[in-house]
Amino acid sequence: MNLLRQPGFWLTVLLVLAGGLLAPITQSATVRESMFLVLMFVALASSLNIILGYTGYVSFGHIVFFGLGGYVGFYFLSQQSWSLAPAALMGGLAAALLALLLGLSILRLRGAYFALATIGINEAMRALITNLKIFGGPTGMSLHFSVYQEYGGATQALWITYFAMFGLALVVVVLSFVVKKSKFGLGLVSIREDEDAAMVMGVRAPRAKTWSFVLSAVIPGIIGTLFFFKNGNIEPGDAFRLHLSIETIVMVMLGGQGTVLGPVLGAAGYERLRGFLLTNPTFKDLQLAFAGLALLIIVLFVPAGVVGWLRTRLPRLRRVLE
Amino acid sequence: MSASIILQVQGVGKRFGGLQALFDINLELPEGQILGLIGPNGAGKTTLFNAINGVYPPDSGRVTFRGRDITGLPPYGVARLGLARTHQIVRPLNELTVRENVMAGACFGRMDYGLSDAAREADQVMALVGLTPRAGQLAASLNVAQKKRLELARALAAQPYLLLLDEVLAGLNPTEIAEMVQTIRAIRDRGITIFMIEHVMHAVMNVSDRVIVLDYGEQIAEGTPAEVAANPKVIEAYLGDPKLAERLRISDDGPRSEAERG
Repeated sequence: MNLLRQPGFWLTVLLVLAGGLLAPITQSATVRESMFLVLMFVALASSLNIILGYTGYVSFGHIVFFGLGGYVGFYFLSQQSWSLAPAALMGGLAAALLALLLGLSILRLRGAYFALATIGINEAMRALITNLKIFGGPTGMSLHFSVYQEYGGATQALWITYFAMFGLALVVVVLSFVVKKSKFGLGLVSIREDEDAAMVMGVRAPRAKTWSFVLSAVIPGIIGTLFFFKNGNIEPGDAFRLHLSIETIVMVMLGGQGTVLGPVLGAAGYERLRGFLLTNPTFKDLQLAFAGLALLIIVLFVPAGVVGWLRTRLPRLRRVLE
Repeated sequence: MSASIILQVQGVGKRFGGLQALFDINLELPEGQILGLIGPNGAGKTTLFNAINGVYPPDSGRVTFRGRDITGLPPYGVARLGLARTHQIVRPLNELTVRENVMAGACFGRMDYGLSDAAREADQVMALVGLTPRAGQLAASLNVAQKKRLELARALAAQPYLLLLDEVLAGLNPTEIAEMVQTIRAIRDRGITIFMIEHVMHAVMNVSDRVIVLDYGEQIAEGTPAEVAANPKVIEAYLGDPKLAERLRISDDGPRSEAERG
């Protein structure tokens, strides 16, 4: 396949592979835990990039898909005793369904109005779930410790979740690349550059936008289930953290929106930095202030992000830095 | 070439709030011809294009394209039937290369090409409009004349039956105009029907088979370029003064009455 001959594809995939394999090679629980978060953010940021970077629509409340997917998956895990894989698929499906419904309604809004609407949806979903009895209301739900026995004990379960996340991160990166290099992707980028002109050229913008939104929602839904399975309990405050949405946007912008490599680098870089800030006694409460500052600086000085900046500075590397 | 009607506009009207932008427009465009659309600024020329290709649905009337009623179809629906257009104010997809821009035109137009066929089509069209040397450049880096060519290439790559050109000559210098007119003729010779809005009078009069004139949203004249140029209503619309029009006609045709000269 054409894809396998692209150096940019290999660079990104090998980066994710190298990062992901660090934990099994070292067999260290610490490395596993930090790489779990890195891979999770790589997958979240790359997913967000499909709607934000390719299509040009700022989904500010994108974490709603992570939260809803987490809740739905967790419900099947804890209340219906399903195993992880089908429960996670249900999480992804729920997120995709929500994106489909939203796509048909709010994607006709442009610019700031769309961004505002997505924030509203995250908050509305949090309020809805807080009042839903079957999802445990404000206290949420938790998994009985014995559930992990099915997976060969808690440690084993943690490794399984880790490899699932690793696999997902690879899937998202490959998906980003396939979309970018496809006719569908060309339509999305045309919408980003000038939606009216794209429609005049024949791009079925409403349909293309809706599918890109669905595509960017499905993986966060699956990730939500994995995350809360590992966590052991879920509650509304944890599932619909708006600041996580904003941090994901920072990652995409930092690395370079609209590129495949950008969100990967941005997520890894930001996650490592966040880890440092959280554990550093001087900065530990300033992590979000830093995220805000970083976003401001990026938007003002390097709107194309690290990868975008490198692409303009070093045109010869364009084939590698996709 | 057979004279079947490719585009028919019947009684089209469009109102924006208190402004009646188009009144009862009727026209027929035979296949293979070049139809010019002229009129003073604000006459409703671009609005007519927008009503035809679905950017604004008309309030009244009907638009028929190749025997099919396209009134109220979204712009992408119209584009996919083989009706392409360019914009008066160029709208390049800035972050894409010239080639990718043209490929997008080919991918989503009438032919619904896949990427590799679109790339082949894009290369041909870029050669036709003279953009081949710029293929790898970002569209944002082109100058105005090149952007106009890009608009044209993108529309052409869709292999449309009918091409709406909205002031492709505006902002070009005389050499560039001459080149563009050549290109327009070459496009017509490929069998594509053209409907063009133009302000550069000598060019539109030169290249069009027929011309329609709009003024304040009304169709005030239609005919061959020579007929339209001699029409007093047209002269009045452009110059605003019937007396002045009269005088100009006289100075063109030679003196007819001494009294008018004073």
